[in-house]
Amino acid sequence: MEGLVELKTTKTGNGNTTVSNRPEWWLAGQQQAKARYEALPMPKRKDEAWRFASVQNLDLAPYQPAVSVSDAERARILEASVMCFEAAGHAVFANDQLLSFQGANDELQKKGVIFEPISEALAKHPELLKKHFMEQPVVLGSEKFAALHRAQCNNGILLYVPKNVQVKLPLAAWHWLSGANGAVFPHTLIIAEANSEVTFTDFYRSLDEQPGLAVSVTDLLVGDGAKVNYLCCQSWSEQALSFQLCSTLVGKDAYAKSLNFNLGGIFSRIESHSRLAGTGARSEMLGLSVCHGKQEFDQRTLQDHLAPNAWSDLLYKNALNHRAKSIFEGLIKVEVGAKQTDAYQTNRNLLLSGDAEADSMPGLEIANDDVKCSHGATTGQISSEELFYMLQRGIPRHEANYLISVGFTEEVLERFGNAEINEQLREMIADKFRRGKNVKVEAAGDEAIDETNVRSLQGTV
Amino acid sequence: MSEVADKPDLNLDVDSGNFSYPEDYAYDAGRGLTADTINYICDVKNDPQWIREFRLRALEIFQKKPNPTHWASKDLENIDFDKIRYYLAKGQQAKRSWEEVPDDVKKTFERLGIPEKERKFLAGVEAQFDSEAAYSNIKKAFADEGVIFVGSTEGLHKYPEIFRPWFGKVIPIGDNKYSALNSAVFSGGSFIYVPKGVKLKHPLQAYFRINAEQFGQFERTLIIADEGAEMTYMEGCTAPKFETATLHSAVVELVALKGAKIQYITVQNWSANVFNLVTKRGLAMEDAEIKWIDCNIGSRLTMKYPGVILKGRRARGEVVSIALANNGQHQDTGAKMIHAADETTSNIIAKSISIGHGRSSYRGLVHIPKHLKGCKNNTECDALLINPESRTDTYPAISVRGDGNSVQHEASVSKVSAEQIFYMQQRGLTEAQAMSLSVNGFVNDLVNQFPIEYSVELKRLIDLEMEGSVG
Repeated sequence: MEGLVELKTTKTGNGNTTVSNRPEWWLAGQQQAKARYEALPMPKRKDEAWRFASVQNLDLAPYQPAVSVSDAERARILEASVMCFEAAGHAVFANDQLLSFQGANDELQKKGVIFEPISEALAKHPELLKKHFMEQPVVLGSEKFAALHRAQCNNGILLYVPKNVQVKLPLAAWHWLSGANGAVFPHTLIIAEANSEVTFTDFYRSLDEQPGLAVSVTDLLVGDGAKVNYLCCQSWSEQALSFQLCSTLVGKDAYAKSLNFNLGGIFSRIESHSRLAGTGARSEMLGLSVCHGKQEFDQRTLQDHLAPNAWSDLLYKNALNHRAKSIFEGLIKVEVGAKQTDAYQTNRNLLLSGDAEADSMPGLEIANDDVKCSHGATTGQISSEELFYMLQRGIPRHEANYLISVGFTEEVLERFGNAEINEQLREMIADKFRRGKNVKVEAAGDEAIDETNVRSLQGTV
Repeated sequence: MSEVADKPDLNLDVDSGNFSYPEDYAYDAGRGLTADTINYICDVKNDPQWIREFRLRALEIFQKKPNPTHWASKDLENIDFDKIRYYLAKGQQAKRSWEEVPDDVKKTFERLGIPEKERKFLAGVEAQFDSEAAYSNIKKAFADEGVIFVGSTEGLHKYPEIFRPWFGKVIPIGDNKYSALNSAVFSGGSFIYVPKGVKLKHPLQAYFRINAEQFGQFERTLIIADEGAEMTYMEGCTAPKFETATLHSAVVELVALKGAKIQYITVQNWSANVFNLVTKRGLAMEDAEIKWIDCNIGSRLTMKYPGVILKGRRARGEVVSIALANNGQHQDTGAKMIHAADETTSNIIAKSISIGHGRSSYRGLVHIPKHLKGCKNNTECDALLINPESRTDTYPAISVRGDGNSVQHEASVSKVSAEQIFYMQQRGLTEAQAMSLSVNGFVNDLVNQFPIEYSVELKRLIDLEMEGSVG
């Protein structure tokens, strides 16, 4: 683990980027974060914030900060970084280094839109980063990993949209992980000033099926009356360990919509924290995970209502095949004074095999009487009638699973509502099922009863 | 409508539990808990050796186990185990007839409203005053059918062949810190055995009351319904008000053998300084059914999650829970459903009402492990908030694997609709009356599941709690 926090203040890459001129405050922040990371304990089985999670698998010792990619890999990466939509600007990172960059066009630049890799932004826009970089609270259990991110983060995107500017076309960033046991720390910081509008997509990909570590942080600051759409499309290698921390601060009458779309990682922790700080703020939080093999998706969310008249709606869906496991822990927190809150939370889990596991902890903490809040969680399997209908028509079981899953996942995509991006996501789901057909998982052994998970079950006679 | 208006004397009963009688105990184990305390209790109660060993083992576990404060209320840290008195008794054996019950004890019960006349339609009464059952009676007819309804002490002495195999099996000593505490110092509570095929038409009833200050009450109840038997048990709890905190930590174990049905009803109205930390769990075998009806109105902090282990095929578990939290109260209640066989079903319906600064929490666990088929769970939690400062939380945990299993969980939070209140006020009700009516409407479908005596009492208790909550 020591290797991970050995700070490298300069990195000599393949001549791609020269990382230099790190400001003092940045380096000091790294040092403090390093100390914080070392001081904080690893998550333990009995930590409430990690309930049900397989924390015993979170050994970070094997990973080292990823090294620069070779020219051959570089070519493969650039070739694979294709988007199905027209973008106003995009960046491609591999192992935290910038491979290709197409900045915002002149028109946007004239309006004051800033779209820069963080490595560049540190020199060009230090005041923005100093004010906002890693300034959002981390409260859902991954404080240690946030510290690691701060200590190690070298790159990512700074997107700043000034007052009243609408960016019509989406912007995007690719973050690639290449090589065995490499670690990357992608960062996305979006600042949308009052009444602005922007859509941004992060693509997280691995070049090969190899183990690796990704600790990413995304902060969305949505100013009064602004509108931000954000998609995180995560398809790391299915052997990777991933921690994905997303926070959203929504101002007065502002609107934030985010989708966490997850396919990759052997263990993926997704924390999504939305703070409704201004009157009339609106936040839509979507999640969609399709998992197979022995993948585990550990999702924790918080809808924090600080201001009156705000609205938040969360929908997280998980489709689980083989021995995959999903955890959903969501909390709606209505603070004193957040009158006339409307908050909803839904978790739906589809078990495609008898060995899959879905753990659901939908929570409410309400300190105000003038609210409308509800949550619902369901877990179930494909109904035997539906399955019978399809088998009878010669559709094999695996195909039937896929078709039902398509119907199941479509609700989230429709809510996200971006036709072009959705097309790409649908194709990725189809590809996952094609690969899933060949996944072999040994039958589950007898279940060991986990004391933490089933408190007080020792009494079973 | 007139019914609500015609209750001028409501205040008479507001403080029905607010009185106590001079203490005059023949046996007092003193304050604090050590092996000596345990030995003292064993000597006084003339416990057999295996119970003494059981208690001492439990003491060891109790002292080792930490409070579960990583998820539970920090208020637990305010319990001072060294100041609590663990055993008090007047040295009496359980009395068989009402006349033999000492007058002051009788007076207490009278004021609480478990009058002699209830004997007429209640099959038996096992009333516990502090540690020992002061009075118990069971209709001869049931006794003739082989129904056993005695105190736990009498149960373990007289019927060890039934008692011992099940005692501590549904809730082992080390289940949690408070079950260990109870296992160490338990006294009183009921032992009930209903033989094969016997269906009790009338409920059995017990009443628990804490009379002494800084006293811990640790009753232990074990109910066994043999194959095809059916029974209903009701308990009420109350305590006079004292300046310092008091601890109630019971353990209740139910065993429903093949095809048996047990219904367990609790109306808890401890005074607002009692820590009520109770472990309740049932074991349902094939085709058996266990239903907990749990109503929490009193206490400072209640932590109680009645559970059912669905051990046999097609077993069924149900928890119906009503919690009402007023100023200074935290009702942390819920349910646990552990599915351990195919085609088992469970249902949880919880409703809570928070008034003033009161806080109510639902905490639930539904567990369906792999290799099980066709299990179903349904959970519904509804919360009603009366005042702007009121607080409610919901913390369910649902874990599902296996084939053809399905669970659904739903919760909602709302306040009393302003339109409804306006409508009623327009028709001449005061705001408080209107609020009371609304709240009673909110829990009505659950209250109707209680036996009639309890549902009437419950509605009146809710009326009392609602008083002064608005305006």
